[in-house]
Amino acid sequence: MTSLIDIKGVRHAYKTANGPLPVLDGLNLSVPEGGFCAVVGPSGCGKSTLTRLVAGLMKPDEGEVTLHGEPVRGPRSTVGMAFQNPVLLEWRSILKNVMLPLEIVPGGLKGKAAEDRARYLLSLVGLEGFEDKRPSELSGGMRQRASLCRALVHQPEVLILDEPFGALDAFTREDLWQTMHEVKAKEPFTGVLITHDLRESIFLGDQVVVLSGRPARTQYVMEISRDKAPSLDDLYTPIAAERLNTLRHQIEIAQGRVTEEASA
Amino acid sequence: MIQSLRKVIVPLIAMVVFLLLWEALVWVNNWPNYKMASPSDLWPAYTRYWELFLVMGWQTLWRTVLGLILAIIVGVAIGMVMGFSRTMRDALYPLLVGFNAIPKATIVPIVALLFVGAHDFNTVLIAFMISFFPIAVSVSIGLSTLEPEYRDILRALGASQATIFWKIALPKTLPEFFGALKVAVTLAFIGTNLMEIVSPHGRGLGALFDSGKTNSDYPLMFAVLIALAVLGIVLYYIVVALERIFAGWAERPAG
Repeated sequence: MTSLIDIKGVRHAYKTANGPLPVLDGLNLSVPEGGFCAVVGPSGCGKSTLTRLVAGLMKPDEGEVTLHGEPVRGPRSTVGMAFQNPVLLEWRSILKNVMLPLEIVPGGLKGKAAEDRARYLLSLVGLEGFEDKRPSELSGGMRQRASLCRALVHQPEVLILDEPFGALDAFTREDLWQTMHEVKAKEPFTGVLITHDLRESIFLGDQVVVLSGRPARTQYVMEISRDKAPSLDDLYTPIAAERLNTLRHQIEIAQGRVTEEASA
Repeated sequence: MIQSLRKVIVPLIAMVVFLLLWEALVWVNNWPNYKMASPSDLWPAYTRYWELFLVMGWQTLWRTVLGLILAIIVGVAIGMVMGFSRTMRDALYPLLVGFNAIPKATIVPIVALLFVGAHDFNTVLIAFMISFFPIAVSVSIGLSTLEPEYRDILRALGASQATIFWKIALPKTLPEFFGALKVAVTLAFIGTNLMEIVSPHGRGLGALFDSGKTNSDYPLMFAVLIALAVLGIVLYYIVVALERIFAGWAERPAG
C-alpha cells in the first residue's frame, strides 16, 4: 500500500548568523490515505518546520517529501492548514472567512455552491447561526472551529494542523477533540497534527510519532488501532494509561533527561 | 432617540458656553478688539466679507485636499516598498525621519523661492510634504507586522503575492492607515495655511488672515481663525466617515 504522505530521510538546517542550525536530521514519516498522524516532541524540535515542508512552503536540504508518490515542489491547493492562532480575517464574516480558500484555489466552488459548502461545514462543527458574525464576536474555541472549516472547505487531500488547540482551555479542547472525530466521519481527510498534548495525540491520532530533540529525527512510532471514534472515557482506561506512559518516557528520552541505555 | 439627541445637544451647549466665556473674558477685561476680538465682533466680519470667505475657503480646501491625495498616493507607495522589503526599509527610514524632523516652516521660503510665482503648486507641495510621513510609516508598519500565519494560509493554497496583498495585507492595514490619515489631514491643512500666510499675493484663508493683519482688521483675523477651525473639523470628520465605511470592522461592538 502506498502512503498519501511520505517523508523520507529529510534533513534541513536554517541559516543563521552563527552558521547553519540543523532542525531536522533523518526524519521519516508515512501517513496512509485517511490516516491521522499526531506528531509530538520537545519544544523547538522542528515540528512546525515539518508542517511547512508538507505544505510545500519550503524545501528540505536533503531527502524527499511526497504526496501520492509525487515530490512536493511548492505550495499546492490540495492542502488545508490550521494554526494555534486561528488567523481569521477580522473584516470578513465567519461565512466569508470559511469561503476564502475557494476564492484562491483553481476550480474552487463559486457563488451559491461555495456558500452552501461553507454553511454545511459550519453546521458540522456546531457554528450554525454564527455565519454572519465577525470573528471578534466569537470565543476562542468557536474561532478555532471556524478556522478548521476554512482548512477543510476546498476538500484538501491533506489537512495540516499545527497545535490548533494549544491555546484553548482544557474543556474546550476536549470538546474540539470530539468535534474532530465527528468531522472526520463525515468529511474524511488525511491529517498531520502537531501537538504538545499527549492525551490529544492518542485520542486523535491513529499513529503517534515522537520526534527527538533538535535536530529532530523520528524516534518512536506508536500505532493506535480503533474501529470506532473514541469517547473521552477511553482516555481513562488502563490501555490509555499505558500508552501515555510509553509516550512520556519517549519524550523524556527525546529531551535527553533519560538515556535509552539507562532505561533498558 | 434621547441618546442621539444628547449627541447633538451636549456639544452644542458646550460651544455656546465657550462663546459666552470668550465674550465675558473680553468684556470683563475691557479689551479693545486689537488685543482680542470678541465673538460679537465676528458676525459683522462674516457678513461684510462673506464672498471673500467662500472664495478663499474654497482655495484653501481644494489645495489641502489635493496635497492630501498626493500624500496618500506617495505615502502608500513608500509604505508598501518599505513594508515588503527589509533593505528598502533600512535604506529609507533614516531619510524619512530626517526629512520629517525639519520644521516645514523653514521649507516654505525655500519652496517659494524655488518655484517663484507658482502659488497653487507651492501650496499643494507644502501640504503634501508635511502630511505624507505618517501615512508612509503606518502603511509600512502595518505591512511588515503582518503575522506570517496570515501569509502562510494563502501561500499554502498557491496564492500569488498580489492576491495576498489584496485579500489580506491591504485590508489588514486599513485601520492603521486611517489612523494616520486623521493626523495627515490636519497636517496638510497646516501646510496649506503656512504657505498661504507666508507667500506674498497669496490666496486662500491664510492670505485673508494676512490681509486682516496688514489692514489692522482684527475681527477679520479672528473670523478667519474660526473659519479655519470649521474647515478643519469638516475635513477631519470626512476622514472619520470614510474610516467607518472602509475599516468599520476594526471598531469593537459597544458593550
